[in-house]
Amino acid sequence: MTIMFTKCAFGLSLALLLSIVVAIGLGPAAVPPQDTLRYLGAALTGGTIALDEVPVYEIIWQLRTPRVLLAAVVGAGLAAVGVGVQALVRNALADPFVLGISSGASVGAVTVLVTGVVVGVYAVSLGAFLGALTAAALVHLVARTASPLRLVLTGIALAYAFQAAMALLVYLVPQGESTATVLYWTLGGFGAATWGALPVVAVLVVAGLVVLRRWAGDLDLLALGDETAVSSGLDVRALRTRLFLLTSLMTGAMVAVSGAIGFVGLIVPHLVRMVTGAVHGRVLVLAPLVGAVLAVWVDLLARTVVAPRELPLGVVTALVGVPVFLVLLRRRAYVFGSTR
Amino acid sequence: MTLSLHGIAVALGGREIVRELSLDVATGTVVGLVGPNGSGKSTALRCVYRALRPVRGTVRLDDADLSTLPLRHSARRIAAMTQDNGSDLDFTVSELVALGRAPHGDRDPTIVREAMKRVGVDHLADRGVLTLSGGERQRALAARALAQTPEVLVLDEPTNHLDIAHQIGLLAALRDTALTVLVVLHDLNLAAAVCDRIGVLAHGRLVAVGPPREVLTPTVLREVFGVEAEIVAHPTTGRPQLLYTF
Repeated sequence: MTIMFTKCAFGLSLALLLSIVVAIGLGPAAVPPQDTLRYLGAALTGGTIALDEVPVYEIIWQLRTPRVLLAAVVGAGLAAVGVGVQALVRNALADPFVLGISSGASVGAVTVLVTGVVVGVYAVSLGAFLGALTAAALVHLVARTASPLRLVLTGIALAYAFQAAMALLVYLVPQGESTATVLYWTLGGFGAATWGALPVVAVLVVAGLVVLRRWAGDLDLLALGDETAVSSGLDVRALRTRLFLLTSLMTGAMVAVSGAIGFVGLIVPHLVRMVTGAVHGRVLVLAPLVGAVLAVWVDLLARTVVAPRELPLGVVTALVGVPVFLVLLRRRAYVFGSTR
Repeated sequence: MTLSLHGIAVALGGREIVRELSLDVATGTVVGLVGPNGSGKSTALRCVYRALRPVRGTVRLDDADLSTLPLRHSARRIAAMTQDNGSDLDFTVSELVALGRAPHGDRDPTIVREAMKRVGVDHLADRGVLTLSGGERQRALAARALAQTPEVLVLDEPTNHLDIAHQIGLLAALRDTALTVLVVLHDLNLAAAVCDRIGVLAHGRLVAVGPPREVLTPTVLREVFGVEAEIVAHPTTGRPQLLYTF
């Protein structure tokens, strides 16, 4: 198992690097991988390129590179947060958005958009992030304890409230943009990626991945049940609170830049467990890699299939995710979380 | 090393579940807790493995008040087999048993293998726990508790899914470990056969405590459990055995 795990981790890292280079090259203006690498090298080391290459270079470096990197970061983050939230609420069907955080983000984004309380390039993202954190705080406050069932039920109930609030905002202030914003936040996408927005979310997500991986042993204990976990020396309440804070922060940061991208956080943890087993120490290494690769390719599909138009990312993840999920459900060998 | 409960009281939802319970478990002895449903047995155990904190009284381990120790420190000395019946995730049996090493911060494969052998689950090492039968899973959980290499083992109805051979096998294996054991059992004949001392709980109070022969009397059975029974000595071991009258 350990040899296979090492092979998987190595192979996936390689696949991720290749996918990033290929995806940066592909699009309405396709660039061969060797040119892509040359442009990237030029950008990173300050090398020179021919004058007639500048327009393509601009597309590669200013548009596609941040976009593909954002897809990789968010894909990795969503997959890892999916693992974390499934452990937090002890439910195999949970995903990063089950606690109402994405709906909160949408409310925040739309509020900023229709009221204009914050201005600037990142105003809407900031609104979404604040909305996500407000939603998380509300869910935690209303649920009062971090007990799994209460968290899920509170999250679901409040998500309805947030959606209603968002619909009301759009209804009352029917600006042309607000409906589009709602749709964008609901289905997600990496079209808004810029070099300016990337570092914040990348730092938050990568730091979160490291912390989650460090908690892997505790997440294993949590899966045995609260009584057994506490008898093994784990402060279950404290872990749940920390886990809730971390996953909310990561989710908020990701939703703020890319909307609520569905299915990645739900499917990837299960795919990985099928191959490597349930031990979090392994799952929390492989799931981010798989999530990153998946998101890079899904985004590539979304922006090339009907080019020059773009499919909403949620549509593509659903097209890929739903069949995978149904096949998973039918496989007898894989026991889905709960007992048979 | 002695585990002792000093006048502990537990209230849940405004009701006192355990009242002024005092009980000593001497080093290397097996002490059974018996009593009808809802008499507070499991609640008392939860105080020992620290899922609950008594509102009054203390649980002491070698004169150290448990509530003053970090959870992880007491977990290195007290392991529990709780009513949690397995796992949300499909760990293999050896992965599950290795989780018993968590408070020690290692995965010592020798200890893990030894623990699995002791309760006869070593042949299931690579099976997923979610595919096991209830009894197999229960034995895997017993192995997990043993892998914690505790001084004290606390067991909440460890035999309720086991067939008779495994009931006897598990309890005999636990007795042979020379650990200090506090165990809740429903089967009074099993309790009489393996326990050095038995405590009888009724409505959260300890109503009798002592060697099985002294505690399991027709009067106690009638007044606490509401059953009629004859007590006879086992022809070979001399332990008391109960013959119920229907």
